[in-house]
Amino acid sequence: MSKLRPQKEYEKTTAFRFFRWLSGSKDPYIGEVEMHIQEENILPEETIIERMREAQMRRDKVYDDELNKPAHLFHKVYVIMAVLFCIALVAVLLITVSYLPPSGNPDNPVNNVVSERYIESGLQETGALNIVAGMILTYRAFDTFGETNVLFIATCCVMILLMVDDAILKKQAVLNDRRYEPKNDAILQGTAFILCPIIFIFGIYIILNGHLSPGGGFSGGAIMGAGLILYVSAFGFKKTQRFFDEHIYKIAKITALCMYGLIGTYFYMTGANGIENHIPLGIPGHILSGGIILPIDICVGLEVACTMYAFYALFRRGGL
Amino acid sequence: MTLFQCILMGFLIVCAVSVSFSKNLLNSILIYMSYSLIMSILWVCLESPDLAITEAAVGAGVTSILFFATLKKIQAIRIEKEKQQEEGSQSE
Repeated sequence: MSKLRPQKEYEKTTAFRFFRWLSGSKDPYIGEVEMHIQEENILPEETIIERMREAQMRRDKVYDDELNKPAHLFHKVYVIMAVLFCIALVAVLLITVSYLPPSGNPDNPVNNVVSERYIESGLQETGALNIVAGMILTYRAFDTFGETNVLFIATCCVMILLMVDDAILKKQAVLNDRRYEPKNDAILQGTAFILCPIIFIFGIYIILNGHLSPGGGFSGGAIMGAGLILYVSAFGFKKTQRFFDEHIYKIAKITALCMYGLIGTYFYMTGANGIENHIPLGIPGHILSGGIILPIDICVGLEVACTMYAFYALFRRGGL
Repeated sequence: MTLFQCILMGFLIVCAVSVSFSKNLLNSILIYMSYSLIMSILWVCLESPDLAITEAAVGAGVTSILFFATLKKIQAIRIEKEKQQEEGSQSE
């Protein structure tokens, strides 16, 4: 059993001094060591001006055009070369344009077999009234798949650059970001309350009607993404996270891309090997027609909407 | 080309030139936004509504909003704050 020492006795021990030094409650130098307050080294103003003048003179000597002949020459040549380069570029482009065939000429190389085939048998082969959608998503589905991949990779890169992992940092970012703006703007919220459902329904309509009317996956997805951004800027990230958080974002994005990949692969394989594919084309004009166009439109739309929203969220606060 | 399209083209050129000559970054984004809007109307005139929808949603909507967010992140939008400060100094 150790006895508790009285306070005065304890203050004499080394342990007490050590812990006092450790906690920094008493400066060991004050009162122990002889100290002089150092005088501030004040330079007279004239000295500073003198030094600045010297530096300026040195700089003048280096950058003076008359003394520094090579730099002067280089600057002149640089300007002349820049002007010449621009003129040459304009001339090359204009000459190239003059070789282009006149527009509207039926013998133009643009009016070849490919576009003829698209226009003449596009409706029977793709089942889409909107020939543009039919072209993009069936004849050129491989290109569109590449574009969707580009979107996916772009979002991944933005995430790598701007994603904030730490929860505290994220909170700070939100506070910083919304400091200078009203948190609950009545006009913005009222407008968003009326407009958001209309924008979403319009986006979904454009995606689902991609094979019948102008539009398609990309346009509809962009409209839905813009609607999501409007919703977020009006009501804040907390309300959006109730139906669209990072988990759902990941599921939607990756499922959409994989679905597109699967449907596309089936389509390329059957098409390239001359096998009959079993996706019914339907009657042109009906909502369930157009073969693979409708599911691919939905996939592309999801992908684009997610990308747009993710860009905005990552720019604003570094997280979804 | 109809007169309407010619007027729109003129607007387009004016917008495109004034974007680069505007000294305020916020103003140049707004002009860029109107450029996209005019471009989307022109796409409708050129009978390609697909492009018009995409241009209106991406060019006038999402891109400009991303620009705004970036300007805010680099603290280039300071007009309101400065104005408030000026008013405050005047009232004092």
